Amino acid sequence: MLNLDTIEKEALMLSLRVAFWSVTICLPVALATAWLLARQKFFGKLLFDALVHLPLVVPPVVVGYILLVSFGRNGFVGSFLFENFGISLAFSWRGAAFAAGVMSFPLMVRAIRLSLESVDSGLEEAAKTLGASNVWVFITITLPLILPGIITGIVLAFARSLGEFGATITFVSNIPGETRTIPIALYTLIQTPEGEVGAIRLVIIAVLLALGALVISELLARRMRRRERL
Amino acid sequence: MTLITHLGIDIEISRGDFSLRANFSTNHGLTAFYGRSGTGKTTLANAIAGLEKPNFGKIVLGTRTLYNSDKNVIISPEKRRIGYIFQDGRLFPHLSVQKNLLYGRRCIPSDIEFPDFDEIINLLDLQDLLYRHPINLSGGEKQRVAFGRAILSAPELLIMDEPLAALDPGHKDEIFPFIQRLRDNIGVPIIYISHALEEIIRLADYMVIFDKGITVASGPVDRIMSQLNLRTLIGHHEAGAVLQATICGQDKTFGLTELNFKRGRLFVAGIDLPLGTSVRVRIRASNVSLSLTKPSDTSILNVLPAKVIEITENFEPQMDVLLDIGIPLIARITRRSLTNMKLQPGTAVFALIKSTAIDRRSLGLVDID
Repeated sequence: MLNLDTIEKEALMLSLRVAFWSVTICLPVALATAWLLARQKFFGKLLFDALVHLPLVVPPVVVGYILLVSFGRNGFVGSFLFENFGISLAFSWRGAAFAAGVMSFPLMVRAIRLSLESVDSGLEEAAKTLGASNVWVFITITLPLILPGIITGIVLAFARSLGEFGATITFVSNIPGETRTIPIALYTLIQTPEGEVGAIRLVIIAVLLALGALVISELLARRMRRRERL
Repeated sequence: MTLITHLGIDIEISRGDFSLRANFSTNHGLTAFYGRSGTGKTTLANAIAGLEKPNFGKIVLGTRTLYNSDKNVIISPEKRRIGYIFQDGRLFPHLSVQKNLLYGRRCIPSDIEFPDFDEIINLLDLQDLLYRHPINLSGGEKQRVAFGRAILSAPELLIMDEPLAALDPGHKDEIFPFIQRLRDNIGVPIIYISHALEEIIRLADYMVIFDKGITVASGPVDRIMSQLNLRTLIGHHEAGAVLQATICGQDKTFGLTELNFKRGRLFVAGIDLPLGTSVRVRIRASNVSLSLTKPSDTSILNVLPAKVIEITENFEPQMDVLLDIGIPLIARITRRSLTNMKLQPGTAVFALIKSTAIDRRSLGLVDID
């Protein structure tokens, strides 16, 4: 068995915490965005769509730099947040979660949007003729039908968040115990002489973590398929 | 059965190159929308249910105004209380049959009485399906569940949009009795959309004819069917009079059934229904021929004295002649016969109707008035 030392444990727990919050913050926003893109027509939709996908195509370092400039303590959003709400993202694990969230956002939107588009809007119409309000239709019909897409989105975003490196290190730097997630810790070890053993151990941890996430998502998906077939 | 719920429609819809102009009202138990596909039947149904917004006009159901462009009234679909049975069923795939059936229940306004679940389940024979999922149901079973789901939401009007269209012919006959039962038992007026005249004659009291996005005619089925000028819309082959009759005799030896209508009797191919049953019979124009004298040596059993009322004015080789046999009847004869017989409005003739031409499929069961 792998006995984790304190530094490894710290990096692992930090990575999990960052990924968890990244996904949690992402989910409602991604759901709303996916709904807008799948169901609504509005002026500037193409531009909005491109903007949502930007983190997917721009180098992560660029995203990290944009975050640093805008959300850093001196950035226009960052200074506003700090002065009004006392929230500071720069150089904290919250910033790491935020960066991971931004990077994984398009993946989650894509997965949810695809499943939303495959939902037959006729079913929602049918629910309305049975007396259900729009909100109730969404909760009882739309949401259960897109659940597989949401789970796929969560798994993708979680994995992406665990692996986030470029934007994170640019935005919130490499602070042990605060922003040094597994990939950043791994990078640090590689830079250090005699760090190979530690690096290999971290690689194993990262692989196990990713495998675990995949297995859990597959099990969930199977359970849902079985329920639908009953 | 007395029905008080009145449906009044006067709307216009235009979408790109399609437009619909509908204007009629009905207060009958079952009103049929008839017309070829693409003539606006479903669009109108969607507008009544609130799924499609008209450009302007008025929709009134009973005492409620569902839509009025002048007064800016647009009731949202969930508040219209119109049960909609879609062509494709649209059952919720993630819910069991029972949950599908009960879906509308929690949305019924508190001042409305819940429909009796067990009664509807029995009526539609759904007991054995309750714990199954839609994916495991046959087409006919799905439609029965869809009927139940719509009725259990306590609607004031039921719309059935070609509920048999997705079923193969054998299953159509399986579903038919259920529609008849709903019509006769639940006390909710029904709009039945179809492009099959056969279904309409078997089910409907009242019909609205659609052509190119316009409701060109509406009225009781027997009256509509006896109008010569609607022949092209109804279809050349389908045209014919519809008459109300009761079963008054069964000839077991020859396998014939005797029908009694207002002014006479009619022998038709054996129908296995009890004496006294009210039926609606369609007699296709092509099954009626005419004679100036009463033929005595003919194979045709039904020879009825008639008077020519109207003759279609066209120059086709075949003509339709509207006759009065106490009720309207239509005969299709050749132009040559017409000339030879010197027929004109007022001429006394005999109408000859082949018994074998009328069978179970051209009959509709109706309520006894």
